[in-house]
Amino acid sequence: MYPGDFYYTKDHEWIQVKGQEAVVGITDFAQKQLGDVVYVQLPQVGAKLSSHQAMGTIESVKAVSDVFSPVSGEVSAVNTNLAGAPELVNQDPHGQGWIIKLKLANPKELEALMKAGDYEKFVEGLDK
Amino acid sequence: MKRTRFYPYQEKLGGRMIKFFGWEMPVEYSGIISEHLAVRHKAGLFDVSHMGEIYVRGRQALDFLQHITPNDVARLAPGQAQYTALTTPRGTFVDDMLIYCLEPEFYLLVVNGSNADKDFQWASGHTASFQVKVENVSEAYSQLALQGPAAEKILQPLTDIPLAQMKSFASAQGRVAGLAGLVSRTGYTGEDGFEVYTRDPSPGPLWEAIMEKGKPYGLLPIGLGARDTLRLEAKLMLYGNDIDETTTMLEADLKWVIKFKKGDFLGGEALLKQSEEGISRKIVGFELLGRGIARPHYPVFAGGVQVSQVCSGTFAPFLKKSIGLVYLPLEQTAMGTEFEIDLRGQRTRAKVVPTPFYKRPAL
Repeated sequence: MYPGDFYYTKDHEWIQVKGQEAVVGITDFAQKQLGDVVYVQLPQVGAKLSSHQAMGTIESVKAVSDVFSPVSGEVSAVNTNLAGAPELVNQDPHGQGWIIKLKLANPKELEALMKAGDYEKFVEGLDK
Repeated sequence: MKRTRFYPYQEKLGGRMIKFFGWEMPVEYSGIISEHLAVRHKAGLFDVSHMGEIYVRGRQALDFLQHITPNDVARLAPGQAQYTALTTPRGTFVDDMLIYCLEPEFYLLVVNGSNADKDFQWASGHTASFQVKVENVSEAYSQLALQGPAAEKILQPLTDIPLAQMKSFASAQGRVAGLAGLVSRTGYTGEDGFEVYTRDPSPGPLWEAIMEKGKPYGLLPIGLGARDTLRLEAKLMLYGNDIDETTTMLEADLKWVIKFKKGDFLGGEALLKQSEEGISRKIVGFELLGRGIARPHYPVFAGGVQVSQVCSGTFAPFLKKSIGLVYLPLEQTAMGTEFEIDLRGQRTRAKVVPTPFYKRPAL
């Protein structure tokens, strides 16, 4: 369910590192909690984010939720497909439903995040 | 936490449960949007057993109900139902509800689940000068709503009640899926459909039979989430969001429910006075012009000043727009009038639009 090469946050974002760049999205658990996503508000390319800074919002029919940057860095791309197809966040949260790409400022910050196994245990605890 | 008698079936279907006024009920199954669209295009089954049921019986049952409600109960022949309210002396809402005339001296009040105890107390507190008995039978009743264009085709094979000739707001007693029950052509979605009431202590077969019969028609089980989006598209009021003890019936644009000619009733004098003097605010439908969703309690601004807050507000899955209801000063309620809503710090334009937002196509 949760890819082994991603890192995860307690706010239910994931980050997949590819060299100096990383892809960020929300987890399957998060999209299930939100339900049908209808708008995703994205940051500007070039925006500098610190770790745990709000980088956008996701609106589902049910609720609105902030999305936080798992680590610090500069936004290098945003998923423009989400404007026309926000449901990608529900359908493929760990793939086509990605939200931003980030140039990492300090890769060491990743060490503070959860690995897949820990995150799975974390959400199991929340489901109870 | 209370559960309805259908809970085990809903859990089995993967319903995502939430707490709702003391009840544990499904907010969604397959997703609010797909459930909403199923009801608009095909059919949906709702468990609404949390609704409250109150019996009013006795020689003066009619006189009593005429006294505590604004609509004209004398218009109801046995088998007919009407939308009405319990009004305070100020003409505001204790609750909104349906009244069914079951027999000449026997009426069924169907009220909001969250208000059932309050309503029962309220009604009981006004019986003094009437020969009438008020009984809270909420616990005994289970209720399902089958809504959508395919509702009649799904339900007819399961009941001896002829449905084709049943008019809107009519009802009949008979058997459904082998259980004794009351069926009415009513609902809370803006679609054609039925509500089925039963006092059978084991009503599970009703849920199962309807789900089974509905399968070829694309029937889906529907949670509270889509119940809310469906009713809002149809501009059906939600107590606590759109109407309460601070809003009068006239402000809530429900003048059509009030029948001043029937004689005096609780709140009638206040409403007549307000009707003559004019109201200073009124509920209107709005559409958000910018991106986002205007949700309940978001502040509403006109001319730079906060004038109100959003009552109901959501993304409307059929219309694919962000819509809502809000009380605005009367001079700002003309169609097309623009105002602003604060979406979490972002002022976003909205405009007054005609309601209902959605009206089902004529057959």
